[in-house]
Amino acid sequence: MKVAIITFPGSNCDYDLYKCVQLIGGNPEFLWHRDSSLGKVDAVMLPGGFSYGDYLRAGAIAAMSPIMAAVKKFADHGGPVLGICNGFQVLCEANLLPGALLPNTSLLFASKEVTLSVENNSTIFTDLYESDRSLRMPIAHAEGNYYADEETLEQLEEDGRVMFRYLGPQGKPTNESNPNGSANHIAGIINTKGNVMGMMPHPERAVETILGSVDGLDLFKSLLNHISASKKV
Amino acid sequence: MSSPQSRPGDPQITPELVSEHGLSPSEYQKILGILEREPSYTELGVFSAMWSEHCGYKNSKRMLKLLPTKAPWVIQGPGENAGVIDIGDDLALVFKIESHNHPSAVEPYQGAATGVGGILRDIFTMGARPIAVLDSLRFGDLNSGRVRYLFSGVVQGVGDYGNCVGIPNIGGEVYFDKGYEGNPIVNAMCLGLMKKDSLIKGEAEGVGNLLVAVGTATGRDGIHGATFASEELNEDSQSSRPQVQVGDPFTEKLLLEASLELIHSGYITGIQDMGAAGITSSAAEMGGRSGNGVEINIDWVPVREPNMTPYEILLSESQERMLVVVKTGHLKQVQAILNKWELEADEIGCVTDDGLFRVTEENKTVAAIPCLALTEGCPTYEREGKESPEIKNLRSKDLSHLKIKSSGYENIFLDLLGSANISSKRWLYNQYDTTVRTNTVVAPGEADAGVIRLRESNKAIAATTDCNGRYVYLNPRMGAKAAVAEAARNLVCVGALPMAVTNNLNFGNPLKSEIYYQFREAVLGMSEACKLFETPVTGGNVSFYNETSSTPIYPTPVIGMVGIIDDIKHLTRPFFQESGDEILLLGNNTDELGGSEYLYVSEDLVAGEPPIVDLLAERQLQHSVLSMISKGLLQSAHDLSEGGLACALAESAFGNETNPFGVDVVLQDRLEPIPLFFGEAQGRIIVSCKKHSSNQVLQTAKNHGVPCRLIGEVVPASSGFRIAGRTVSVELDIETMSDRFFNAIPDLMNQKNDP
Amino acid sequence: MSRIRLEIRIVPRPGLLDPEGKAIQSGLQSLNYTDIHEVRVGKILLIELDADSTQDAINQATSMCQRLLANPVTEDFLIKLHEDSENSE
Repeated sequence: MKVAIITFPGSNCDYDLYKCVQLIGGNPEFLWHRDSSLGKVDAVMLPGGFSYGDYLRAGAIAAMSPIMAAVKKFADHGGPVLGICNGFQVLCEANLLPGALLPNTSLLFASKEVTLSVENNSTIFTDLYESDRSLRMPIAHAEGNYYADEETLEQLEEDGRVMFRYLGPQGKPTNESNPNGSANHIAGIINTKGNVMGMMPHPERAVETILGSVDGLDLFKSLLNHISASKKV
Repeated sequence: MSSPQSRPGDPQITPELVSEHGLSPSEYQKILGILEREPSYTELGVFSAMWSEHCGYKNSKRMLKLLPTKAPWVIQGPGENAGVIDIGDDLALVFKIESHNHPSAVEPYQGAATGVGGILRDIFTMGARPIAVLDSLRFGDLNSGRVRYLFSGVVQGVGDYGNCVGIPNIGGEVYFDKGYEGNPIVNAMCLGLMKKDSLIKGEAEGVGNLLVAVGTATGRDGIHGATFASEELNEDSQSSRPQVQVGDPFTEKLLLEASLELIHSGYITGIQDMGAAGITSSAAEMGGRSGNGVEINIDWVPVREPNMTPYEILLSESQERMLVVVKTGHLKQVQAILNKWELEADEIGCVTDDGLFRVTEENKTVAAIPCLALTEGCPTYEREGKESPEIKNLRSKDLSHLKIKSSGYENIFLDLLGSANISSKRWLYNQYDTTVRTNTVVAPGEADAGVIRLRESNKAIAATTDCNGRYVYLNPRMGAKAAVAEAARNLVCVGALPMAVTNNLNFGNPLKSEIYYQFREAVLGMSEACKLFETPVTGGNVSFYNETSSTPIYPTPVIGMVGIIDDIKHLTRPFFQESGDEILLLGNNTDELGGSEYLYVSEDLVAGEPPIVDLLAERQLQHSVLSMISKGLLQSAHDLSEGGLACALAESAFGNETNPFGVDVVLQDRLEPIPLFFGEAQGRIIVSCKKHSSNQVLQTAKNHGVPCRLIGEVVPASSGFRIAGRTVSVELDIETMSDRFFNAIPDLMNQKNDP
Repeated sequence: MSRIRLEIRIVPRPGLLDPEGKAIQSGLQSLNYTDIHEVRVGKILLIELDADSTQDAINQATSMCQRLLANPVTEDFLIKLHEDSENSE
């Protein structure tokens, strides 16, 4: 699986994502935001960080980078695109996903481990997760408060395109356990075609026991399986 | 030597002007002797910055020479931008701690942020990629709105900067005590990793090579920041806000990547960050280290404000800039690397052979000073040190008459658990990204020291910052020893062998004999401890003049210590793991209460003799714990500090709140309950182990000559917490205790703050 | 072509939760400004550009806002001539 990891000035989780893809047997390569072509890749990933210092709005300037035209085209043709944290922000700014990420309601940076539900395990990113599985992985963000207007939110829920929700200690979403105030406790969403997913938590930081959790592994493995399968066809 | 011509518009040199520049009459005489003429205004500014306390270390250098700095594993000791030790597998660990106290008192957010920026640059300028930061903070009493304002500003500044650059915060400490009112202490430590042979120095090598300024353009920020740091604060300091530098972590991230790429490119021979005193200090120091001279053409320096004079350009402390020595003929390649990272690289001068720090403006010399005069030539002083009689009295205060408050032992215990100094610091470190770069094995709050795993081997690096300012205040020599001892205990508790130290010495005005006394004694104490523990000092920072309206801070020599865990599987945490495990105490309980958190919280008192530090016993304790850990005997290990035995047991029981335990401990010591439960005797660690291992634990301790005994058992949380002495037993339920411990600071911080 | 200075005001859309505004309101209240009904936080961009006319400049700025400067999901924008702009035409 050849994966393009797009780096913008200020991306700082690119290396973690690279190592993670290597770990599951994928073939990652860094693409600089000024490149205009992706080359032949099987998947595109947008890593976390502070692209352009989060200036103007998180992800806003990065979304205008030359490489994003190629990413959009790739996505339009059904290519898998994963945006993590700042990557999610870029995808929303680039209109590859609906809605926007606002500042956390606490107005503080939130860095901690969260528990997530897998709301939809029939996608190329999540079908290795059992539906009742809850995932533990870190978040680290100041603007993770997912917002979309009522109509969009309704549509997302109806279509089952909410991918992950923040859970409380009893296994249900609660206001206290929602680390950023996001609407409907949403931690990640997917597009209508099911090939572009964005999430605020960091699955690439949950792939080794020594780091505390391996719950992120199956996400990347799901994707790898799908790509391998589609190649055999 | 070429003399500078006078510049139109430059003020005349008068004794008042010299004094405003922080130079004494005798220092000025020295300058006249060196130059054999009067200095130009620009030269006066240059001397003022380079001979300031912050850059010149004039009141500290002589004492610092007493510190142990050598060991077979030390690759680079004091004198460079950071210290470097060999950690095996061809790898080197680069580390240092620095302060940004004065700017943080005036503008907490930017002061703290730029402090982090500066220390990051000190690390990557050596060729190492920063892998972790730690912060050591001190504030006044958290019940004050102003203190909460400073605290939240500093934490946000540290967090925003480190998070944006993408370096995980793995630990640190924060203390609140009236002794720091008006003078917050903000020390930032950074660790970096590199291949041993990639080390690059901050030297101006190769006559004819180019001096290139890299990064942001120069503005008027922080001019005389170094001199500002060398003064006490007063009401006017608030209006001095324009002097505070503004940081840009986004540019720093780009600068970091570009610098590392430059260093590995082979096109440069030296690199140094422009920190205190900007271009001046970096150029002069690089020149001084190599024995060469440097020539700077002020017209070529990229500026972002109009009409900047040479004086301003040379002394500006605009952030996120580096000075690079580029091999002749390679400027274009260097610029290509910088441009890729959307940064500028401008030739501003060259390396010369005349040993001078020469600056020209429109082909006219405005400064010509021997580099070495600015660096090595800075006068150093050994001052008179005399202990303050007030402190002497305070230390000999009799504490035995203190009666237990009528509220009872349980309430005292809860007050301690809920005190700002002991309670959970989660509010703080939840604002720091602790997992970026996926190497953090122990994040803040998870153990006694932060731990970073090395991908290249099975090893891990552990680091901690420690200092109890109250102990140092009451007895500087003993308090400094205690800081080193605590740091070492914290490292061994995670399974790391202590290797080396960086220190940040925060003190008041050294021209006062009682402050110099504190400084001298603290350095002597630190020296003694570091020698015995074989943890050489590889560098650090001195911050003097931490006083407001002539009230100095507690002398606070912060120890940043690093250690190596030889195999990550030996990593040990401080939390209990299973009911039924046995709890053992290493070391002895005593009746000492001097300088304790108990005294501060219950009696509003900082007095008495701080607990005695027996360095030999500490060393034996360290070895015994490491031995137990290497044999796989321990379920947990936690050192005792503020709040004593009861608080340490509580911390081990709470864990990270999701899986707490209870405790049942019975003590036979013939001691009063207060010192028994809450005294802060040194040289103690509590460990827990499976029942079948306790004999081996006892035997291992015995082999190392360390007192060790079984004191109790880990029980389910539902069974509660019980610590019993001969006459008094304290019993509480875990939930009540945990609630106080975890919510104390969040509850305080949700109140209003007044700037 | 003349040098035109525009002031672009970017504000959160009405009805959007503005925690920063709320925190500021709370801070003001503790300074005894108790009659404040609402505080909302936005930003001002000052753009200096060369354009054929004021209208042309405003058209360009509108396009900038639509493409980058404002997020239509969460923000509204208002463009006006900055007071020290040279008047053209």
